Amino acid sequence: MEYLPNIIFAILLIAGIGYFANNVKKLIRNIKLGHKVNADDNKSERWKNVVNIALGQSKLIKRPVSGFLHAIVYVGFVIINMEVLEIIIDGLFGTHRIGQEYLPASLYGFLIGSFEVLAVMVLVSVIIFWIRRNVIKIKRFLSSEMKGWPKSDGNIILYFEVVLMCLFLLMNATDTSFQASNSGNIITQFIAPWFSGFELETLHTIERIAWWIHIVGILIFLNYLYFSKHLHILLAFPNVYYGSVEPKGKFNNLEAVTAEVKLMMDPDADPYAAPPETAEDEVPAKFGASDVMDLTQVQLLNAYTCTECGRCTSACPANLTGKKLSPRKIMMDTRDRLEEVGKNIDLNKGKFVDDGKQLLGDYITNEELWACTTCNACVEECPVSINPLSIIMDMRRYLVMEQSAAPMELNNMMTNIENNGAPWPYNQMDRLNWKDEN
Amino acid sequence: MSEQLKVPTMADMMAEGKQPEILFWVGSAGSYDDRAKKITKAFVKILNKANVDFAVLGTEESNTGDVAKRAGNEFLFQMQAVMNIEVLNAYEVKRIVTCDPHSFNCLKNEYPNLGGNYDVIHHTQYIEELISAGRLTLDGNTFKGKRITFHDPCYLGRANSVYDAPRDVLKKTNATLVEMKRHKGTALCCGAGGAQMFKDAEPGNKEINILRTEDALETQPEIIATGCPYCNTMMTDGVKFKEKEADIKVMDIAELIAEA
Repeated sequence: MEYLPNIIFAILLIAGIGYFANNVKKLIRNIKLGHKVNADDNKSERWKNVVNIALGQSKLIKRPVSGFLHAIVYVGFVIINMEVLEIIIDGLFGTHRIGQEYLPASLYGFLIGSFEVLAVMVLVSVIIFWIRRNVIKIKRFLSSEMKGWPKSDGNIILYFEVVLMCLFLLMNATDTSFQASNSGNIITQFIAPWFSGFELETLHTIERIAWWIHIVGILIFLNYLYFSKHLHILLAFPNVYYGSVEPKGKFNNLEAVTAEVKLMMDPDADPYAAPPETAEDEVPAKFGASDVMDLTQVQLLNAYTCTECGRCTSACPANLTGKKLSPRKIMMDTRDRLEEVGKNIDLNKGKFVDDGKQLLGDYITNEELWACTTCNACVEECPVSINPLSIIMDMRRYLVMEQSAAPMELNNMMTNIENNGAPWPYNQMDRLNWKDEN
Repeated sequence: MSEQLKVPTMADMMAEGKQPEILFWVGSAGSYDDRAKKITKAFVKILNKANVDFAVLGTEESNTGDVAKRAGNEFLFQMQAVMNIEVLNAYEVKRIVTCDPHSFNCLKNEYPNLGGNYDVIHHTQYIEELISAGRLTLDGNTFKGKRITFHDPCYLGRANSVYDAPRDVLKKTNATLVEMKRHKGTALCCGAGGAQMFKDAEPGNKEINILRTEDALETQPEIIATGCPYCNTMMTDGVKFKEKEADIKVMDIAELIAEA
């Protein structure tokens, strides 16, 4: 029976990490439903972006208040989690504060001391975050797409962090041998006196309970990630790496279209020629996107990475003037639909069975798509290099090239370009008339 | 404009066996839109004044296809692009300048992959180049001390990170440059991009150009400077809507420099 806690710990750890790994596998499978993207170019530029934008959070700090608070929570999260390593070793081998034994006392004290200070800073930041969301009611958290689950999701994550930080401090405060060492208890030396009247045995029990709930809480949080908007803490890094390194104004040229245009422009092409043999089994290329499978893997990764902060939407000219379009909603819809497709695949033994739904129409409406000015404000704003505009463009392409469903005025404009090389019905031969007009 | 503008075409140049140093891509708005034509002529005036050896394609120029592409019609875009590239390559064009950031972006970023590789610059960049090279001198009195605010065109600024050239050029007029709250990377679109110029806006509670005009009015400018024919139209309409057209002028940087 002596090893019972170790065994229980090991089982919990394996279950927690195992379930998470299983969901990560699903996540990767879902992302791979999209088209492959070649990102072998500009490796150094991509790594530079990871360092500056993801690690360095260079875009977040442009909004100083939330940027600063976020930096505290981020640094706190990364550094305090070093403590998890000790917890895991202690849990598996039945040791107590193994670090205290093997690290120089001054170093251990310094580490735990910094964790304690950071824990308090994180606690304060998280409380301010909660106030921003629930009391001050900052506009970007109030959009229609933020009602219901997305709102609760945001708050649940904050509660998690409050509880975890409190448990960490409680665990240290009630650890009598740690307090006796009087090194690293920068914060908890002030909390420990609250428990001065407690029996040693009771203190030990509280410490153990805090320790166990802390690690179980971390494992639950890890597994909560997949179901929440909080995946960005992991996906921000690959997402920034795969983000565009081209000028924002450069939209991709559809290769399938290039092939057809070249054929049309080639005077030697035989219009009645049989298609080449190899093309027979291939599904004819679809122009643009009507569902998540038509998007690229990077666009799908974007959808999982989005943490619904709403900086994009708060900068979108269409949204600012009351139109339905919200770039954040585009990302949330894409993820929701991708999850729906993923569940469909799970239920149907690994194959997607048509469910009569698609991203276009069932999630994102034409009205939203046509409200976009392609101004790139959303792309510029995103702190983790998500590109909602590329999804909007791919869906417009589907509307126009597969469904001829452009607004009438745009059809007129395009007919003019086809007929006379200008968006207005003027004669091509009048193109230089301006030179002689007064 | 009283003086006669010199506007040679590539065809003229070729007939004389000459190659101009730069091609001026006029664009559809610059060719046909009444307001934009004034910008075109102002820019030609600058080119003439600086003795730039340039040419236009004239009737051989066709729409870049940019607006069709943003509307989702990739077919039409690529057809236009391939046709234009054929003409440009036949004339062995190396360098292109344009007053339209949409053409600028499209020619610079989206033509190369279809076989059109050119050094493309925006007219504000070219004006800056002419001034720094001493080819163009301004007397600097016309706009001295005037409050000017510059509206960043999305396809020049965010799309291609050109923020300094227009501002540097404006400073050369000795005007007082005042920035809107939203400027450079955070500048608000005028509302015309992404083919919106050619359609009615979706239902909302305001027009985008009105919101952007309000941004500009906050700076209490005498002149709102633009670098894009579409922005110019949107801001001009916005100023009219606010009934400020008597006090505030909306001018392209080319027009300012032509008078400066």
